[in-house]
Amino acid sequence: MPNGHAAPHPSLQHHFDTLEQQKDASTFGMWVFLVTEVLFFGGMFMAYILYRTWYPDAWMAASHHLDVVLGAANTAVLILSSLTMALAVNQGQLGRRNGQVIFLIATMVLGAVFLGVKVVEYSDKFAHQLVPGPNFRFEDASVARQAQIFFSLYFAMTGMHAVHMIIGEGIMLYLLVRAWKGHFTAQYYTPVEIGGLYWHFVDIVWIFLFPLLYLVGHH
Amino acid sequence: MSEHIASKGFYVVIFAALMVLTGMTVAVTYMDLGPANLVVAMGIAVTKALLVVLFFMHVWWSDRLVKVTVATSVVFLLFLFGFTLADYFSRGLLGVAGR
Repeated sequence: MPNGHAAPHPSLQHHFDTLEQQKDASTFGMWVFLVTEVLFFGGMFMAYILYRTWYPDAWMAASHHLDVVLGAANTAVLILSSLTMALAVNQGQLGRRNGQVIFLIATMVLGAVFLGVKVVEYSDKFAHQLVPGPNFRFEDASVARQAQIFFSLYFAMTGMHAVHMIIGEGIMLYLLVRAWKGHFTAQYYTPVEIGGLYWHFVDIVWIFLFPLLYLVGHH
Repeated sequence: MSEHIASKGFYVVIFAALMVLTGMTVAVTYMDLGPANLVVAMGIAVTKALLVVLFFMHVWWSDRLVKVTVATSVVFLLFLFGFTLADYFSRGLLGVAGR
């Protein structure tokens, strides 16, 4: 502590000396968590690499059933939400309450649009019997079993991604309530910063999912 | 650590670059480059991920501890991919039971 006279900042936890030290510890902790998240998704990407190498024809045929326009539009929506998230953090750095609120709401709305498009895509897969299981139907019977593996990975990877998006919406709601109450200032906006790290990570996962699932072999 | 505050305009420029790269990756899909299609698609995806990590996630301005942590995720990922692939694709090399 610098001296005994100045009252500590209300957001400073007792086990940290300064707000700066507290922020560095929180940021580091979030990054360590994100490393485990990279490996969590990495396992599914590993499965994808193997099966794509083994069954390139089935991969191409199955990928044609995904809607490139919807996938590309959703990519744009998610990148735009990363911009609004970055701007929300920027407004946190500057201690501007209204800017934080506006950009957090924008991020939540864009996240909801992404999930809405995902619902449309999933229901289309159910309608066309492309969901792995006893009702799975594929036009080319010779690769049907292998195409089913593609769709298993499609649902596992985009499904886990969507779960992360839903959790992200919850984090955004928490941040929005605190921003609305004016909790975040230029001295203390750490939750916005590390909430933003999480949101951007989820965006990065999609940056890889989009070309790997939607853009296989359209040439 | 003195904190860097980027301008709104800077973030918009990064966003524009990400959108251009997204357009490129879709466009390249409709050209037949053979095996290079995958290389180009992954190159663009890695570039986009780098832009997000370095600027949206502030790693460019972060201290060394954060930079090392981020790099660690790539190292672990390469271990995961490298050893798994080395296992699967070397099995056929040996004519032994249990392959």
